[in-house]
Amino acid sequence: MGDAPNSLERTRQIAGEHTQKEGPLLPVLHAVQKEFGFISSDAIPVIADVLNLSRAQVYGTISFYHDFRTEPTLPTIVKLCAAEACQAMGGRKLAVEIAESPDPDVCIENVYCLGLCATAPAAMINNEVYGRLDIHRLRALVEATK
Amino acid sequence: MSKTRIFLPRDAAALGVGANDIASTLEGTLQDADQSIELIRTGSRGMLWLEPLLEVEQDGVRYGFGPLIPADVPQLLEAGLLTFTSDISHPKALGPVEKLDWMKRQTRFTFARCGVTDPVSLSDYKSHGGFEGLTNALALDPSAIVEMIKSSGLRGRGGAGFPTGIKWQTTSDTNAEQKYIVCNADEGDSGSFADRMLMEGDPFSLIEGMIIAAMATGATKGFIYLRSEYPHAHIVLEEALSTARAAGYLGDEIAGSVYKFDIEIRLGAGSYVCGEETALLESLEGKRGQVRAKPPLPAHRGLFEKPTLINNVLTLAAVPFILAKGAEAYAQQGFGESRGTMPVQLAGNIKQGGLFEAGFGLSLEVLINDIGGGTASGRPVRAIQVGGPLGAYFPPELFDIPFDYESFTDNDGLIGHGGIVVFDDRVDMKEQARFAFEFCAIESCGKCTPCRIGAVRGRETMEHIIKGTEIDTNLDLIKDLCETMRFGSLCALGGFTPFPVLSAIRHFREDFTAGAIEPLSGRRSS
Repeated sequence: MGDAPNSLERTRQIAGEHTQKEGPLLPVLHAVQKEFGFISSDAIPVIADVLNLSRAQVYGTISFYHDFRTEPTLPTIVKLCAAEACQAMGGRKLAVEIAESPDPDVCIENVYCLGLCATAPAAMINNEVYGRLDIHRLRALVEATK
Repeated sequence: MSKTRIFLPRDAAALGVGANDIASTLEGTLQDADQSIELIRTGSRGMLWLEPLLEVEQDGVRYGFGPLIPADVPQLLEAGLLTFTSDISHPKALGPVEKLDWMKRQTRFTFARCGVTDPVSLSDYKSHGGFEGLTNALALDPSAIVEMIKSSGLRGRGGAGFPTGIKWQTTSDTNAEQKYIVCNADEGDSGSFADRMLMEGDPFSLIEGMIIAAMATGATKGFIYLRSEYPHAHIVLEEALSTARAAGYLGDEIAGSVYKFDIEIRLGAGSYVCGEETALLESLEGKRGQVRAKPPLPAHRGLFEKPTLINNVLTLAAVPFILAKGAEAYAQQGFGESRGTMPVQLAGNIKQGGLFEAGFGLSLEVLINDIGGGTASGRPVRAIQVGGPLGAYFPPELFDIPFDYESFTDNDGLIGHGGIVVFDDRVDMKEQARFAFEFCAIESCGKCTPCRIGAVRGRETMEHIIKGTEIDTNLDLIKDLCETMRFGSLCALGGFTPFPVLSAIRHFREDFTAGAIEPLSGRRSS
């Protein structure tokens, strides 16, 4: 959140939109991350204030879940499935191969199951899903996001 | 002239292998030709090795073509796809879809509409038997609905296999101003995708099941806790919910009755353990997804401390059939104490992977080698893992085990959510055992020590074994550790991680080079 005061105002606004929900914290965190790409440490006291929670509660929730990011991310996120069905179809090899040529704009992460287990190996690239991958197709799909 | 109807899935697995490329090629090619077609986006039939699977209707019969690549589309159109559908000879032509062996051999109760109808069309849903269960339920007392679920023999399809009717009864019997229905759609097991397919292919059946559950238990608010890895299911569900709400199936006076109920979708955030029901409740409340000690049961004190019925997607989606066709029609299918049908999911290194719904009791041999056609790689099957990352590994020598809850328990395994992952002869079972600990370490909620620390120590010890360090001593250590995890963990994550580890060692001892250990005996009562 480079533009600090404005983005914190926006965070307050987003959090305010969810106060009527039962158990609003996860929806707020998802919405803030959707807006900014991550949840900054400055956003924590704002969210805590709006939802009448302690900062520790907000931080504790953020740090528990794999999805929530506390740092800005790269433009392309590749979530490569590392679970058993994809392992059975060469998922481990695919992970090694893609790591051999690191790309400064691409963040490669593990995900444990995308539910595409009969069309393995699978990956999610910027929220789109792909199955029956090999290294050539994966590289081409990553390139296409640029 | 009536339009030619063409069907193409919008299921995530079909999209992941290019279904939208087929749709755009089709639309692009037809633009100039002034053809009169209607393209309907459906769920998937579950024959995932044939995706993208295009279907063309002729004289009320649907003919399949797949797995397609965009280049097939102009060829098929040239060959007369829209006019001479049934006569087309093309390598991708499959004939009438309903006559395919895979389809004919199934008993599709829960997945009857999946791949057939437009998932967000309420009129499609109704014209294919949708809301018949609700109509019957509206004529019954809540206690009579609970009795029907009990006598159907339905058990929790999430993995635990707890009798659904008992859960409903307990929630119904608990008096409170506010009760909740929570649908567990946090399908995290590798090899499982039935929840996803159902939500993307027939979301109204889940909604109908939740409405009936609400009527039976007295709940007025429902949540679908959906994992964030399923963005396509999210879109379909949101659309289906607003359609159902607009048509009066959600909100006040449901379908003109006295019942009041509405459903809200909540997204998870990438935590596997939140599929455990009490961790899920914590997560819904906005907290860290840490497991709660039981008692109290969620049915007594659940979400926000109110009585809460938590059921898996498939459990709730089985309900409309039971109410529409009767408990007896459901219970007639099955095997032993496992009544009804189970959507089995064949995954990993398998030639014909997908979803196959049938009565309990088919053997693994039939499922894997007959229905599934063996491995995709063409190499021998060496191991399968049944029931997700906490399920046991089995060798082909044990493929005579029938697919039902008790048989798997008796063989130190579990059917879990019905996913089967197949591995060929290149699998290294030491590595699979190590991964089981690693996965548990990554996903442990941290509340109980056996799971939090045991998983890390287990992974380290497996790494020593892989390096060849003091193998026998370390295998003894693993056995000891597994016993502690099995009986000392608060939930199934730590408690069942020993299943894949010990089964790998027991059945594939040659991979661990020296010695072997005996499996744990005894069962967990939960």
